[in-house]
Amino acid sequence: MIAHKDNSNNARYGMVVDIDRCTGCGACMIACAVENNVPPAAPTANERTGITPMRVIRYEHAGGTAFVPMMCQQCEDETPCAAVCPQNAVELDPATGIVGQIPQRCLGCRYCMAACPYHARYFNWGDPTWPDGLEKTLNPSVAPRMRGVVEKCNFCHGRWHEAKELAVANGKTGPVEYTPACVEACPSRAITFGDLNNSATSVNELAREKGSFRLLDSIGTAPKVYYRSRRDWVRAASGNASGTAEGAHRG
Amino acid sequence: MIRGLMLFAAAAALASTAGWLGTPRVLYRQQTQPVAFSHKVHNEKGGMACTDCHSLRADGSFAGIPALAKCAECHTAAMGETKAEAAFIADYVTPNREPQWLSYARQPDNAWFPHGAHIMRAKLGCENCHGGQGKSDKLPLLEVNRISGYSRDVMGRPGKSGMRMDACVHCHEQRGMRHACLDCHK
Repeated sequence: MIAHKDNSNNARYGMVVDIDRCTGCGACMIACAVENNVPPAAPTANERTGITPMRVIRYEHAGGTAFVPMMCQQCEDETPCAAVCPQNAVELDPATGIVGQIPQRCLGCRYCMAACPYHARYFNWGDPTWPDGLEKTLNPSVAPRMRGVVEKCNFCHGRWHEAKELAVANGKTGPVEYTPACVEACPSRAITFGDLNNSATSVNELAREKGSFRLLDSIGTAPKVYYRSRRDWVRAASGNASGTAEGAHRG
Repeated sequence: MIRGLMLFAAAAALASTAGWLGTPRVLYRQQTQPVAFSHKVHNEKGGMACTDCHSLRADGSFAGIPALAKCAECHTAAMGETKAEAAFIADYVTPNREPQWLSYARQPDNAWFPHGAHIMRAKLGCENCHGGQGKSDKLPLLEVNRISGYSRDVMGRPGKSGMRMDACVHCHEQRGMRHACLDCHK
């Protein structure tokens, strides 16, 4: 997988999640499902069969409770899902840094789900169904996925399409700015999103700040999702073997 | 022997003619447009450009087939003397009923085709993908594939590439445009 990090025409969309700000309300999960045409879960759905491209995980510790919004971490190096896919159904787009999932190519083997260190991938065990009338609320910018394929967060790629269309209409070139649904929905503004290649973005600044880290940074997947916390025990839980929870920012 | 050969040749010719004529009818359902619309009249007599009716919205998205309100801007009363126009006004404009236009170029749900980028940035003409539709005097029959539900103009005809993904990729390759899957898929 090629990641053109030095090309200024390319964006590297990334996210910074402030764990201390997250109240665990789950508005991001709802916004994500609505935006991305994820149908309401069956009453029998559990964490294995449900589809939650954005999922708030509750972490209990002697120090307190932390809520961790978990989505595809958009790994830049050795992207594990893309590396194992026998179908080329996962690709890291060098122009956006987004790890794309192509449902039409997916054969449903779920290697990627096994490979993903962040458990951020979900399988469509059945065809999507919407209660009568609710299909009218479907987002036309996102195609629903069919039975038998894997899906995940793609940083609201439909919104990127729309933003690009608007940029063309306004005669603008270069990387576009847009806001994913979860970022927009978060009432406590815990999530910041933007282009990590652009030094003027607040996401870039936050990612470099002290207290920012990446999950399982030590395994070398170089995710583009950063987390922040002032609480030591939260940072210590990030799974970094080095002991220091600070992630080395790759610019 | 010769009689046998002739019989065989005749039967083969008959079978292939029937196949040639019949197969498309088996594969495609034919549908007629609700209105006898002429692009040619609007283009030549009216001096109109494609974008006068098929426009981009302010957010850059493509508005597609115009709604009745667009037609009614000019056709509240008859402008010409054709039967087709009189019928259109009587059937649709006066009762304010939207014509159920059929689309020849409807793409699958998972395809994202930004008209703006192709028209404004790449400066491509409509005819690059839509052929001579903009100059045609009669709206052709819409042929819908009975299995996939897609138009034959999308699926392609003998000698015509249609509007399938390989046509997009071919053009993008020739022009050195990048094509990651999610550039055009959603």
